Amino acid sequence: MDPHYLLQLAIQGILLGGLYGLIAVGLSLIFGVMGIINFAHGQMMVMGMYVSYWIFVLLGIDPYLSLIVVAAVIFVLGYLVQATVVNRILDYPEAMQVLPLVAVGLVLENTALLLWGPDYRSPQTALSLETLWIGPVMIDVSRLIAFVLAILITTGIFVFLKKTRTGKRIRAASDNRMGAILVGINVNRINNASFGLGAAATGAAGALLLPLMPLSPHMGHDFTLTAFIVVILGGMGNLIGALAGGLILGVAESLSALFLPATLKQVVSFSILIIIMLFRPQGLFAGKK
Amino acid sequence: MLKVSGIDVYYGDMAALSNVGIDVNRGEIVAVVGSNGAGKSTLLKAISGIQRPRTGTIRFNDTEISRTSTSRIVEVGISHVPEGRQLFPTMTVLENLEMGAQFPRARKCLPESLKKVLDYFPRLKERLSQKAGTLSGGEQQMVAMGRGLMSVPALMMLDEPSLGLAPVLVSKIFEIIQRINQQGTAILLIEQNVFHSLKISDRGFVLENGRVALTGTGEELLASPHIRKMYLGL
Repeated sequence: MDPHYLLQLAIQGILLGGLYGLIAVGLSLIFGVMGIINFAHGQMMVMGMYVSYWIFVLLGIDPYLSLIVVAAVIFVLGYLVQATVVNRILDYPEAMQVLPLVAVGLVLENTALLLWGPDYRSPQTALSLETLWIGPVMIDVSRLIAFVLAILITTGIFVFLKKTRTGKRIRAASDNRMGAILVGINVNRINNASFGLGAAATGAAGALLLPLMPLSPHMGHDFTLTAFIVVILGGMGNLIGALAGGLILGVAESLSALFLPATLKQVVSFSILIIIMLFRPQGLFAGKK
Repeated sequence: MLKVSGIDVYYGDMAALSNVGIDVNRGEIVAVVGSNGAGKSTLLKAISGIQRPRTGTIRFNDTEISRTSTSRIVEVGISHVPEGRQLFPTMTVLENLEMGAQFPRARKCLPESLKKVLDYFPRLKERLSQKAGTLSGGEQQMVAMGRGLMSVPALMMLDEPSLGLAPVLVSKIFEIIQRINQQGTAILLIEQNVFHSLKISDRGFVLENGRVALTGTGEELLASPHIRKMYLGL
């Protein structure tokens, strides 16, 4: 086997894994605070892609430049979903929390279908075809930028949670809901902000993915599942674990190209899921509860 | 300062409190004692707005608060140190304490409050950067009480502060409760440790099956034959 090819695949995997990490950090954050799994997570990412796409096509602004706007729009989307749907079902049994969020996902998916039609679209952004050679290894510039920005945003989220007042309140609510209520934190507002932030993370990841893959209204499911697997891999509610899990899954999927046809790469992620569930259900980096 | 009158609290169809009335005056220590399941914790939850009473009124400084949000209740000066401590285990001791000061009034005097808390609980000084989940039970109780003090409350409600602590620590905690009270904070203390809590209290209420069965000064209650028989085994 050609070692250069191996290296090439590994690097591609790491670059994509950074995006998986960002998406999963959003999912994990939402789970950590509310104990809810956002089954509309991938669809929210797709909405981020479409918003970014719209801004690009209608206004000609590059996805990297509109990133903050896209994140803000998806933040509002997440905030509203929390305020209107999720806050009502927080105390329900887990199985009953699944359906409303799956429904939100369906609504988003069909909204996209209505607004943009079923066709695949792949916008040609400024850098989407640029490549960079490092020795024998070829790197897509847009992939590299996406990775760097994803890591920066993830780091930004960590710093936000660690240092700011709202961030600390989010962590407190995630650590102990009753404790947070008793010190006087308005936990409902914190829930809204957390869902908004988690959604914004996945929306930003969508914008970063736009130059990398053709978008269609139906691609959300796969990403919801990928994010779910990554979060289980890293430990539910563990944000660092989510980032690490994203990198691991990215590399694993990418290397699977050595022995599996590309259409079967989900076999790898699901195998990882099954192995983790069998041998280390609390996740590689031990999550909570 | 606090006046609870005739409240009924239900969990579903089951009455946890019926027609309960207690009051706390400025500067007092008031104990509510009773056996497990008598409704003591429910009473505190009703006061801090976590469990709404079906009927009756709760007034704090002459304002009705029985429909007020918990965060507003903390803001106006009632702090609730709950049973089981309810700390933030993955946050440091310092962060836990800081989280106690949520509102502008409390945040303004955060450094002084912190100094005061560390003065009550010097043991926490060396633990400030440690995660709260790694502390011993006694230390966690100290953090919980410290966090409760950080909101600069006029009334501090303590739910079973001595539960599960070693006897040496129990006396220490009661001593600190008295010191906090001497600094001007009224205390509403809930305890299974009837003897200790009545001893430091100005007045006490005995809850039995969700009703106030007996009330009086701490000394009167300690001398009452009913208390001596039921709770002190004398």
